[in-house]
Amino acid sequence: MKETMQSVMEIQNLGLLVPELWLAIGAMVLLLIGVFAGPRSTTQVTGLSIALIVAAFTWLLLMKEGGEAMNGSFILDPFARFMKLLALTGSGLAIVMSVTYIRRERFETFEYPVLILIATLGMMLMISANDLIALYLGLELQSLSLYVLAAINRDSVRSTEAGLKYFVLGALSSGMLLYGASLIYGFTGHTDFVGIAEAMAGSGRSLGLIFGLVFLLAGFAFKISAVPFHMWTPDVYEGSPTPITAFFAAAPKIAAMAMLVRVVIGAFEPVALDWQQIIVFISIASMTLGAFAAIGQQNIKRLMAYSSIGHMGYALVGLAAGTQAGVNGVILYMLIYMVMTIGTFACILAMRRKEGMVEDISDLAGLSQRNPVMALFLTLLMFSLAGIPPLAGFFAKYFVFVAAIEAGLYALAIIGVLASVVGAYYYLRIIKLMWFDEPADEFVPMAGELKVVLTASGLFVTFYIFFAGFVSDATSTAAASLF
Amino acid sequence: MSDWPILSAITFLPLAGAIIIMLIPADSAIAARNIRNVTLFTTVFTFLISLYIWVNFDNSISGFQFVEKYKWIGSFMEYHMGVDGISMLFVILTTFLMPFCILASWESIQKNLKEYMVAFLILETFMIGVFCALDLMLFYVFFEAGLIPMFLIIGVWGGKRRVYASFKFFLYTLIGSVLMLLAMMAMYWQAGTTDISELLVHPFPASMQTWLWLAFFASFAVKMPMWPVHTWLPDAHVEAPTAGSVILAGILLKMGGYGFLRFSVPMFPLASADFTYLVFALSIIAIIYTSLVALMQEDIKKLIAYSSVAHMGYVTMGIFALNMNGIQGGIYQMLSHGLVSGALFLCVGVVYDRMHTREIAAYGGLVNRMPKYAVVFLIFTLANVGLPGTSGFVGEFLTLIGVFQVNTWVAMFATTGVILSAAYALWLYRRVVFGVLEKESLKTILDLSGREKLILYPLVAMVILFGIYPVPVFDVTNASVEALVSNYHEAIEAAKITAQASLAN
Repeated sequence: MKETMQSVMEIQNLGLLVPELWLAIGAMVLLLIGVFAGPRSTTQVTGLSIALIVAAFTWLLLMKEGGEAMNGSFILDPFARFMKLLALTGSGLAIVMSVTYIRRERFETFEYPVLILIATLGMMLMISANDLIALYLGLELQSLSLYVLAAINRDSVRSTEAGLKYFVLGALSSGMLLYGASLIYGFTGHTDFVGIAEAMAGSGRSLGLIFGLVFLLAGFAFKISAVPFHMWTPDVYEGSPTPITAFFAAAPKIAAMAMLVRVVIGAFEPVALDWQQIIVFISIASMTLGAFAAIGQQNIKRLMAYSSIGHMGYALVGLAAGTQAGVNGVILYMLIYMVMTIGTFACILAMRRKEGMVEDISDLAGLSQRNPVMALFLTLLMFSLAGIPPLAGFFAKYFVFVAAIEAGLYALAIIGVLASVVGAYYYLRIIKLMWFDEPADEFVPMAGELKVVLTASGLFVTFYIFFAGFVSDATSTAAASLF
Repeated sequence: MSDWPILSAITFLPLAGAIIIMLIPADSAIAARNIRNVTLFTTVFTFLISLYIWVNFDNSISGFQFVEKYKWIGSFMEYHMGVDGISMLFVILTTFLMPFCILASWESIQKNLKEYMVAFLILETFMIGVFCALDLMLFYVFFEAGLIPMFLIIGVWGGKRRVYASFKFFLYTLIGSVLMLLAMMAMYWQAGTTDISELLVHPFPASMQTWLWLAFFASFAVKMPMWPVHTWLPDAHVEAPTAGSVILAGILLKMGGYGFLRFSVPMFPLASADFTYLVFALSIIAIIYTSLVALMQEDIKKLIAYSSVAHMGYVTMGIFALNMNGIQGGIYQMLSHGLVSGALFLCVGVVYDRMHTREIAAYGGLVNRMPKYAVVFLIFTLANVGLPGTSGFVGEFLTLIGVFQVNTWVAMFATTGVILSAAYALWLYRRVVFGVLEKESLKTILDLSGREKLILYPLVAMVILFGIYPVPVFDVTNASVEALVSNYHEAIEAAKITAQASLAN
C-alpha cells in the first residue's frame, strides 16, 4: 500500500517535467520527420521547433506548482523556473535568427533545430538538477549536442576544427567534473545536494572533499568559459556557423551558470569560504583577460567570445559574494547579458554583403550612414555591454558589484570596475567604426526576423531603467528560493 | 508650494524635444530648418521655464526645494529630485547656455544635423538631471550617461584628432566614475539609503570617510579637471565642435565642483579636513603650471582650455578653504567661468567658422576688419583675467580672501595666477586682434553677423551685470552655503571632542 502511494506520488510529480517531456518527445518526432522527409523539411522542422519551445515556455510560465520529482533529483523552484525561461528564450531566439541564414547559405540541415532542442532539454535538466548524477546527465546531453552543432557545417574546415576542439576539451572537463563528483560522493556518501550539505555540516570539511570541489568547479568553469578554462571559446565562436555561435553565447551559459549557482549555494554552503576563493580568482581572471584580450581582435565573433568571457567574470562577482543579493545579481546579469548578446548577434548575422557573410569589425565602418537604425541599436547595445548608464548593462553590473561590496570583497570590486573601463575601450572601438569612420560597402537588407530581435533587444536595454523595479522583484523571488 | 513637478519638467523637456526631432523625417532643406527651429525652441522654452524656479526660490531655506520623490527600484534607487542654493543656479546656467550652443551650431553643422541636435538635447537632460538628482544612484546615472552624447559629439563632429580626443575623454572620466560608483555602493550599505538628503546628515565612520573621499575625488578631480588628470581636457576642447566646447567648459566641468560641494565636503567632513592641503597643493600647481603652459600654446582653443584648468584651480582651492568666502567664491567662480569660457569658445567659433583654423599665427589685426568682434572678445578676455567690473573678478577675489583666512602662503601662490592669466590672455588678444592686418586671407573677413550678435551680446551683458551686481547670486547661495560651513565645523568639533574623550579614558 505504502509503495503504491509512493509511486503514485512520483507519477504525480512527473507533472513538473511536462516541458522537458514535450521537448524530449517533440525532438524525437521532429527527427523522424526530418529523416523521412529529407532536407526539404528543414523549414517545417525549424518552425515546429520554435513552436515546441514556445509551448514549453508558456507551460512553464503558467504552471504554478513547484517541488521535487524523481526522488528529489529534480527540483522546480522559482530559481529553476526563471533560469529555464531564460534558457528557452535564448534557444528559441537563436533558432528564429537562423531562418534567413539557413535559406541564404544553403545550410539546409534539419538536424540543426533538433539538436538545439535536445541541447535545450539538457539545459533544462541541468538547471533543475538537484543531484550530481542528474546534473551530469543533463550536462552531457547538452554538451554532446553542442559538440555536434559546432561541427555541423561539415564541409567547412573551420567548423569541423571548432567541433573537434570543443569536443576534446569538453570531454576533458567532463572527466574532471565526474572525477570531482566521485570524490565528493566518496567523502560524503551522498550524491544529492541536500545530503552533501548535511554531511558537510555534520562532519566538517575534509581535504578530499575540497579536492572534489576543485575538480567540480574546474568542470563548471569550462562550461561557462571562465578563465583559465576559456581557451576553446574564441576558436569555437569563430569556427561555428554564426547562428550557432549566437546560440552558444546565449543559452548554454545560462544553464551552466544556474547549475554552478545551485551547486555551490545548495550543496557547498557549509564550505563557502573555500569555494569563494576559487570563484573570486576565476572571476578576476575572466574579467581581466576578457577585457585585455578583446582589444586586439579584428573578427567580431572572436571579439564577442572574449566579451562573453569577461561577462561571465562579472556574473561570478555576484556569486563570489555568496549572498542572496549576490545570487540576485547573477540572475539579473544573465538575463541582461542574454538580451544584449542576442541583439548583438542579430547585428552580426545581418553583416552580409552580396558575396556572403563578413565578420571583420572593420566591415561595420560608417554603418551610421548606411543603416542608421541598425547602427543606433548596435550602439546602444555596445554602450550597454560596456555598462554605461542608463542602459541595462549598467544595472547588471550594479547589482553584482553592490553585492560584492556588501560582502566586503573590495579588491574584487575594484579590479572588476577597472576591468570594465578597459573593456569599454573595445566596445567604443566598434561605436567609433560605425559613427566616426568613412562608410565601407553596404550590407544587403536585414532579414525581418533579425530586425525584430534587434529592435526588441535594443528597446529592452534602452528602457530597462523604467521597468527595472519589476524585473528585480522577479529575480529576487528567484534568488530567495535558494536560501 | 509646487504640486507641479517643475524640476522633472525642466529635466525631461529637452528629451521630449529630442524625440520630436527624431520623428522629423530626414534630409531635406525644410527638414533641416525644422530641426534647427524645434531644437532652438525647446532650449529657449526650457530656459524660460527654468526661470520659474529662480523666481519662486525661497532664499531663506538652506534645505532642498521643489522636491519630488517617488519609489522606483526597490531600496536601491528612488526618483528623488530637488534643488538647494548650491545646485539651483547650475540648473539655470545649463538651460541658459544651451540656446547659445544651438545658435552657434546653426550654420557650422551640416553633416548629420538631426543626430547632432538630438545628442545635444539628450545631453541637456542628463546635465540638468545631475544638478537636480537627490538620490545617489540617480545622480550617478545622470552623471555618467552624459558621457554617451558627449563622446558622440566630439567623435562625429570634431576636428582632426577627434577619435583620440573622444576616447581619452570617455575613458578618463569613466575610470574616475566607476571608483565613485563603488564608494556609493559602500555608502548604501553603511547608511541603508541612497537618499542624498539623508546621507547628508549620516555620520560616516572616520576611517571609512578617507576611502570614500578618495573614491569621489577620483571622479570629481578628473571631471573638474585638476592637475595631473587634466590632460583629457585640452584634447577634448580642441577637437570638439564649438558648441561642444562651450558645454564642456560651461557645464560639464562644473559637475566636479558641484560634486565636491554636494558629496565630499558635507558627507565626509573629517576626510575633507585631512585632505585640504592635498587639494591646495594640486590647485596651486594647476593655477601656476597650467597658466605657464597656456602661455606657450599656439592653438587658441587649447590656450583657453588650459586657462580653464587654471581657473578651476581657484574653485577647488576656494571650496576647500571651507569658509563662507571661499565656498561662495568657488560657486561664483564656477558660474562666471561657465559664462566667460563658454563665451570665449563662442568667440573662437566665430573666427573658426570664417577661417577654419585655430592657429594663433593665422590671425592678427582682426580689429581693422572686425571692430565689434574686437570689443566683445576684449570684454571676455578681461573677464577671463578677472578685471574688476566683470564677473570673473568677484569669484577670484572671494576665493583668494577665503583661502587667505586659512593659509596666506597658499593665497600668495594662487595670486601669481592672476598675473599669469593676464599675461597669456592679453598676449593672445594682442596676437589675434591687434597688429597690422597683413595676412591675405584675412583681408575679406566679415564682422559679426546678426546671429552672432544675438549669441554674444547677451553674454556680454551678463558678464558685466554679474561683475557689478553679484547680489542676486549670493542671495540664493547664502543660506545653503552657511548651513554647509556650519555643519562642517560642527562635525570637526564633534570629532575633536570624541578624540579628546577617548584620550581621557
